[in-house]
Amino acid sequence: MSDFEKRVVQARRKWNLIQESKIPVIYVGTATCGIAAGALDVVKSVRQTLKETGIKARLVQVGCIGPCYLEPLMDIVVPGRPRISYGPVNSRSARTIIERYLIEGNPASDLAVGHFSTNGNAPDSIPRFFDIPMLKPQVRVVLRNCGFIDPDDIDHYLANDGYRGLTKALGMTPEEVIAVVKEAGLRGRGGAGFPTFKKWEICRGAPGTTKYMICNSSEGDPGAFMNRALIESDPHCVLEGLLIAAYAIGADHGYIYINSDYLLAIARLKSAVKQMRQYGLLGQHILDSGFSFDVTIKEGAGAFVCGEETALIGSIEGRRGMPKARPPFPAIAGLFGKPTIINNVETLGTLPNIMRHGASWYRQFGIQGNYGTKTFSLVGKVRRGGLIEVPLGIKLREIIFDIGGGTWRKFKAVQTGGPSGGCLSEEFLDIQVAYESMTAAGSIMGSGGMIVMDEDTCAVDLALYFLNFTQKESCGKCSPCRVGTWQMVKILENIVKGQADSADIARLQTLAEAVQRVSLCGLGQTAPNPVLTTLRYFRGEYLQHVNEKYCAATICKELVEYFIEPGKCNGCQQCIRVCPTEAISGAKTEPHTIDLSRCIKCKACFEVCRFDPLAANAIVMRSERRAS
Amino acid sequence: MKSTMAVNQPGAQKVNDWTDILGDFKGVESDLIPILLRVQEGLGYISEEAVRCISLFLKLSENQIYGVASFYPKFRFSEPGAQKIKVCMGTACHVKGGHFLSDAVAWELGISIGQASADKRFDFQRATCLGCCTLAPVVQIDDRIHARVLVTQIKEILKKRE
Ligand SMILES: Cc1cc2nc3c(=O)[nH]c(=O)nc-3n(C[C@H](O)[C@H](O)[C@H](O)COP(=O)(O)O)c2cc1C
Ligand code: SF4
Ligand code: SF4
Ligand code: FES
Repeated sequence: MSDFEKRVVQARRKWNLIQESKIPVIYVGTATCGIAAGALDVVKSVRQTLKETGIKARLVQVGCIGPCYLEPLMDIVVPGRPRISYGPVNSRSARTIIERYLIEGNPASDLAVGHFSTNGNAPDSIPRFFDIPMLKPQVRVVLRNCGFIDPDDIDHYLANDGYRGLTKALGMTPEEVIAVVKEAGLRGRGGAGFPTFKKWEICRGAPGTTKYMICNSSEGDPGAFMNRALIESDPHCVLEGLLIAAYAIGADHGYIYINSDYLLAIARLKSAVKQMRQYGLLGQHILDSGFSFDVTIKEGAGAFVCGEETALIGSIEGRRGMPKARPPFPAIAGLFGKPTIINNVETLGTLPNIMRHGASWYRQFGIQGNYGTKTFSLVGKVRRGGLIEVPLGIKLREIIFDIGGGTWRKFKAVQTGGPSGGCLSEEFLDIQVAYESMTAAGSIMGSGGMIVMDEDTCAVDLALYFLNFTQKESCGKCSPCRVGTWQMVKILENIVKGQADSADIARLQTLAEAVQRVSLCGLGQTAPNPVLTTLRYFRGEYLQHVNEKYCAATICKELVEYFIEPGKCNGCQQCIRVCPTEAISGAKTEPHTIDLSRCIKCKACFEVCRFDPLAANAIVMRSERRAS
Repeated sequence: MKSTMAVNQPGAQKVNDWTDILGDFKGVESDLIPILLRVQEGLGYISEEAVRCISLFLKLSENQIYGVASFYPKFRFSEPGAQKIKVCMGTACHVKGGHFLSDAVAWELGISIGQASADKRFDFQRATCLGCCTLAPVVQIDDRIHARVLVTQIKEILKKRE
């Protein structure tokens, strides 16, 4: 038996010790989202509870299982019984649950979310975790380990068929590996959906002995956290994918280019790399094969444009992250002038699964031409937000309403693809989530940001938000993008202030189309998308802002006034307390009024009047239609 | 290349000498950004002295170093305030009203985003996304993330930490 196989046997033994533990096991999800929701307080409380009650149990910290709206999540396994998940828990309820379940033997089903039994021996009235509405339509391929394994322990990964994809790949020729990926129909998950095998083939065939393999974890889309969550929850699946890709293209060195603000993800990667070295998965003659490879973790310094391939390469080389005209393509002349392949985190995370189970297994998910699954960060005005993975070809409606549970107020639009993407209105809810259909509708698949909007979101404000972002992030190399986005921001600012006329809308449209056409790189070429799609599907809103100085969503500050409804106000004076400019006056128990000349529209009174138990929800933000 | 300024290494030990951090690098151009990140991690910003030392070490002009450093939003060139306040300006936070929070912080502290207070007690920055979009809008103060923050909580959150 090879050293590696011995390690696998040991890893399985270690894993089984937890699975068949004689004492209860408590799992807490401690990825970034969980920690933000208070998971570390829960961990502390669990430790303290165990100590104080003298209960013997084992605590395992895992990654993100997906339904972030239920965070922090805590799972308990009592020997011989299925794992039960509870959420959201806090330090107090964590203690209650442990006491009820582990002392009184009562699984606290009123606080449970779901169980993980596969053989039906489940406590009554607790649903199966993967049957709860948010999980049911999902398929977990890339995320299969997330929330189940300890991301800091390579043995957990190994025990779950980790690096089996690599061993399979090493048993084939690189060309055979490329053929499998081709047959699987895998397309790049970084946004554009370019067939992965095609890039690889070009690079494999490119002359030269030094080649580089880069993992793009720059994830500059604000409001997207899929790549971060995957690395935090299962770093080895990305690293295994990196090795498979490197083997296929013939690279002996790789880089992981990652946002330096992703502290936890970086820490997990570093610890994973260290363990890989110990296990002979990096370095010379990996697993006794002819394949040698090492990896460097490169932290980026936070520029969105560095997600673009040539800019990313510039950044690794120590220069400004400015895109270059292509060709030459990086696959021919990339990092330090050598043939280089850049793949997205999720693309790489998919590879081990394809190698392990084969191309036809992978093709069972998705639809023709769009095989496999895609992760999304489902956020915004949706009831159940989180990290999700769905088969391609699913309808937008299923994602937003079945998985996400719909919106609180009336649904308005969904934004995909971040600053490069577009906004789709209700009429597109039944299109399939696939590269071509999303593009045909005017948006893009993107890397996985999915932001849901309801009627309280203003389409013009959102377009301005994205344009402000791309304008700031434009590297400035080419003028259509540098000057064009700046001009578009100015026009949009005038529109939201009610200072534009209808000629401005036409100007905005012309400008947007020009910037799209003549910019040098993807940033500039796609920057107008949020404007163009909102102009297309929400033109009425633009016209209202321009012609009637009216913002129906009451978002655009300049077009909104705060107003106290005299019939509702009970004179509780809570609003006076919080107003920073003393704009509100009124005698106790009498209706109050707002002096609009002093009001800075900070929203404090609105919140208090809505949420304070003494107050009567009497303050409204209103925008009045004015004839121009 | 000697300096008396202390720089914290990621491992948290203090080093009192530029050559100590520079010693971890080969001295090639691609080391520039990693060095700048280390300097900023230790000092909190990129000082003129740091640029001088890096310039000698990498044989790049100071201008070239500023040219690269100023391109990246992460790097700053003045001393930060002690307490780090980051308001998330990501898309999820924006649609949930995150901009009201940055306005509230600005109003409370009398400084705008990107600045440190004159007494260097507070440091006010934007974040592009703090990775917990489902908890939007979020504000990070030092290491702690405050979720689903209301405008009316800003005062309290800032006061609690004074
Ligand atoms: C402005 C801009 C930003 C990008 N940001 C990212 C990113 O954050 N992550 C990513 O994987 N790809 C990003 N891309 C796409 C990459 O350039 C590249 O196509 C991708 O990493 C290729 O990997 P894939 O084939 O596996 O999708 C960006 C492209 C542009 C133009
Ligand atoms: S399109 Fe924008 S980001 Fe891209 S090169 Fe031009 S200026 Fe730079
Ligand atoms: S908080 Fe609301 S109900 Fe109370 S005085 Fe102000 S406006 Fe009236
Ligand atoms: S958008 Fe604010 S945390 Fe992601």
